[in-house]
Amino acid sequence: MAIPTPPVAPLRRRTRIHEVIIQGLLFLCGLISIFVTTGIIYELSKEAYLFFGYQQWLPAHKPLVADIAPEQTLFEVGTQGPALEVGSHYRIGDEIMLLEAVDGALVQMQRGAQQTEPIAHRAGLTLSREVNPNLLEFLTGTAWEPHNGRFGILPLLNSTLIVSSIAILVALPLGLATAIYLSEYATPTARSRLKPILEILAGVPTVVYGFFALTFMTPLLRAIFGSGVVEIYNMASAGIVVGILILPFVSTVSEDALSAVPRSLREAAYGLGATRLETAIQIVLPAAFSGIAAAVILAASRAIGETMVVAIAAGAGPNFTFNPFKAAETMTGHIARISGGDLSYDSLDYNSIFAVGLMLFLMTLVLNIISQRIVRRFREVYE
Amino acid sequence: MSQAPSKFADASLQVNRRHVSGKLWLTIFQVATLIGVVALTVLLLTILNDSFGYVAVENKVDPDSLAVNGIPLDAQDKETLMQTLRANISAGLYARFERDQPFAERDAANVYALIQEFVISPRILESWTLYDSLFIREQISETLERDFPNAELQFRNWLSWNFVRAQQSSYPEIAGVRTAILGSLWTIGIAIAFSLPVGVGAAVYLQEYAQDNQINRIIQTNINNLAGVPSIIYGMLGLAIFVRAFGLFTSGIAFGAVDPATANGRTILSAGLTLGLLVLPLIIINAQEAIKAVPNSLREASFGLGATRWETIWAHVLPNALPGILTGSILAVSRAIGETAPLIVIGASTFIQVDPSGPFSKFTTLPIQIFQWTTRPQGAYHHLAAAASLVLLVMLLTLNATAILLRNRSRRSY
Amino acid sequence: MQNSTYAIETKDLAIFYGAFQAVGNVNLEIEHHKITAIIGPSGCGKSTVLRAFNRMNELIPSVSTKGVVLFNGHNIYERDVDPVEVRRHVGMVFQKPNPFPKSIYENIAWGARINGYTGNMDELVESALRGAALWDEVHDKLDQSGTSLSGGQQQRLCIARAIAVKPDIILMDEPCSALDPIATLRIEELMYDLAREYTIIIVTHNMQQAARVSDYTAFFSLSEDGKRTGQLMEYGDTKTIFTNPGRKITEDYITGRFG
Ligand SMILES: Nc1ncnc2c1ncn2[C@@H]1O[C@H](COP(=O)(O)OP(=O)(O)OP(=O)(O)O)[C@@H](O)[C@H]1O
Ligand SMILES: [Mg+2]
Repeated sequence: MAIPTPPVAPLRRRTRIHEVIIQGLLFLCGLISIFVTTGIIYELSKEAYLFFGYQQWLPAHKPLVADIAPEQTLFEVGTQGPALEVGSHYRIGDEIMLLEAVDGALVQMQRGAQQTEPIAHRAGLTLSREVNPNLLEFLTGTAWEPHNGRFGILPLLNSTLIVSSIAILVALPLGLATAIYLSEYATPTARSRLKPILEILAGVPTVVYGFFALTFMTPLLRAIFGSGVVEIYNMASAGIVVGILILPFVSTVSEDALSAVPRSLREAAYGLGATRLETAIQIVLPAAFSGIAAAVILAASRAIGETMVVAIAAGAGPNFTFNPFKAAETMTGHIARISGGDLSYDSLDYNSIFAVGLMLFLMTLVLNIISQRIVRRFREVYE
Repeated sequence: MSQAPSKFADASLQVNRRHVSGKLWLTIFQVATLIGVVALTVLLLTILNDSFGYVAVENKVDPDSLAVNGIPLDAQDKETLMQTLRANISAGLYARFERDQPFAERDAANVYALIQEFVISPRILESWTLYDSLFIREQISETLERDFPNAELQFRNWLSWNFVRAQQSSYPEIAGVRTAILGSLWTIGIAIAFSLPVGVGAAVYLQEYAQDNQINRIIQTNINNLAGVPSIIYGMLGLAIFVRAFGLFTSGIAFGAVDPATANGRTILSAGLTLGLLVLPLIIINAQEAIKAVPNSLREASFGLGATRWETIWAHVLPNALPGILTGSILAVSRAIGETAPLIVIGASTFIQVDPSGPFSKFTTLPIQIFQWTTRPQGAYHHLAAAASLVLLVMLLTLNATAILLRNRSRRSY
Repeated sequence: MQNSTYAIETKDLAIFYGAFQAVGNVNLEIEHHKITAIIGPSGCGKSTVLRAFNRMNELIPSVSTKGVVLFNGHNIYERDVDPVEVRRHVGMVFQKPNPFPKSIYENIAWGARINGYTGNMDELVESALRGAALWDEVHDKLDQSGTSLSGGQQQRLCIARAIAVKPDIILMDEPCSALDPIATLRIEELMYDLAREYTIIIVTHNMQQAARVSDYTAFFSLSEDGKRTGQLMEYGDTKTIFTNPGRKITEDYITGRFG
């Protein structure tokens, strides 16, 4: 039988340059996200580092009692104001000195510190003290006035936490109840009507929510609690509106978690004679717990990072208070306000908002990572 | 014959109780769900309430007196408008306008705006919300007679065509959002031009090329984390990188295309790129989902014919994922359009009257404009903020409707 | 220069999914221009072996292949061999019809185009559709989507698509399992015709089908050592395998007493 035989194929690998180039370009696209993260971390850290190294001279209210000569290390100064600190740098005019000892009004200085020239100074000139933000003060100080040498982030952090807590208090019960209703009770028609509303709610720009907080929520709160109690700018109004803002997020993600619970589990409960409520609350909800927890944590991270509502409605100016009806600036609000003005590079303001930003970034990052961990574990259970 | 007593409580009674508590909780769930609906309604009503209402207006010159040969002001051609303007303002002011921008280059609408602002010069002395206008009309009239005897009460639609068309102004009565809308469109355009190709590219890489190794896992985790970074942080990144470090490029100096009014990195280009980075993770994640949804059998069919990976992607994966990618991208765009915080940080201009002319212009956007008007203490600006919010919401609604249409049209079976 | 005796020849072929060995120790010679059927119980690695013949297994990241697969005497697993080239010569038809969501015309033209076909495309489309016995049914609706056809028509479209690139071998993995008996019959007739020009290897669960259409039959089964590795149990002339099998296990399987 004469079967025509096929020719042997040239199977040799062809060089497909463009395939290689395309793959390389696509890989670069994927890599850009790494650059973005590196960029964020690098820039925030760099400027925050500069912030902690920022040298600022503030009046120490210690005038020289008598003229001093360039080589004179022992001299007398006034005694009002806060006490001088041994080991700190002080400055008169262009000269920086290091305080070595102090005895009442008598001080002993190492002259010409930090490469400055020791020079003569006239009586009455007053000392400036060096102010350096340090990490401990940053984390524990209760006043944020960088230009007065007070670098405590607590007022900003505190109001951020109060606003976010209010937001979660609003969004968690409402969002969870909505999710349970949508996933366990609602008819398909009701669902198809309600879900778009939640989607619209989620799509409203935050600046519009800010407007809403200022022109509706604040007057409402003032009408209820009295305008003597509720300030025009206050954390409660901002918190409630941020709660509404994250509500669709909590309900959608929770609903997904609830619907991921297998039908068989529900049917098992019904088969034992459980009512719909008992099934929903005692069987489905616990099974979806970690998914819901992840949603809430992610929502909290959103609330912490939310800027416009607080910038508009929570007040401008750090204020360390636990009263939600008072005005107090949050971390994001502070960053927005400071950078909204004329900000010059390498100024104290410029560096300080990056320190606040780094704090904000780390907080949200930790929350995001926790929630992703939880989600992954949740998936492992049901997939 | 005796039966053992049941250890269960009276069953029917208990079931009844359980059903009552079930009903009660159902009501609670329904009310909670309803609150979301109410919140949206109240939000919209608040905005509408501030977008319409009575105003007390005082004109410096009655516009009717500016009619020429019986033609009312708003129907006059440019020449007539110029004459009217020249006749009613000082020569010095006229010369200044000429210097700012020669009249030959201005159009009729521009001259009309000048007449509005400098000749008629209407001043709103007081404004009321829609609710007040409808329900406390008498009180409004009283206030008007008592406090503003010379003013005229007009019902004002703040969201007029003029509002959309007019430039920014420091007078609320003639201020508009044209500059802001153009700014928004420019920044979004740049954001999309950057993030769509890069985002889809990254998604294709992760779904079609990436092997399950360390670097690719890091990239994936990293993208998920980036999606959760607060937007204001992106603003700080944009400020540090685009505005500051690459200021030479984003200002256009390096290309010799610098806009003399800016000459720094706080430009449309920086804003667009910042928003681009912001939506990048969203676009990647959405595109990944769309690519995942393309059935594997298509890839196998293509490979089985001797297609290379890229040929398979280009001819089969991308076309079939396209509707999903577009839907996701539109949603990302709607997110970017509404973003305010990062643009504040990178330095949106507080007040610009000239339309942006290119990527190196100063910028303002619709949300920035809303923010600025909201934070003004005078009431009239709140009406502007409300009207601008409506414009923004309409833009977003149009976008989302497009996305939904796309999604429904592309529900094809394989 | 076709002087190799076999279209496909495997030597000690072993395929792994990660650490799990799916098949091992496969030594098989497949004749030119014949229809070879691969039969065996579910999970014994028939698809895996078939997909090794055009390196489709590589698309699954965890797969590793050991041993040699000679195509016309050339080892396709050699390092400088391009899987894309292999698949251009060894086409494939899948279990579920998977036409591209493009027009019927494009479904066929696309593969030829990417393989550098420069001739008259209309002619090629027509001859491929005729070759797959589909032309009469679709010649007036070539611009309709391939997905709009019936299941049997879709499968023939996939066959047309495969033969349009003029492969040497066509691999078919249970090509009729999603089709009704009439459509199945049409495909079987088609295979008969195709065998004049192509070498065909078909995986099937249908004993009658194997007996009807194939010239040779390879019987695979799981090894009896409990490792669940698929092995070639018996290979030979279809008539012999079905009438006078050499091993008990083969006979049991064919007569339905398996398992
Ligand atoms: N993608 C995969 N990953 C891991 N294991 C796989 C994969 N595909 C197949 N296997 C395993 O390899 C073995 C052989 O599978 P294969 O699909 O080749 O069997 P088959 O003989 O074609 O079965 P069937 O007749 O059901 O199609 C099975 O144990 C299967 O579980
Ligand atoms: Mg199989």
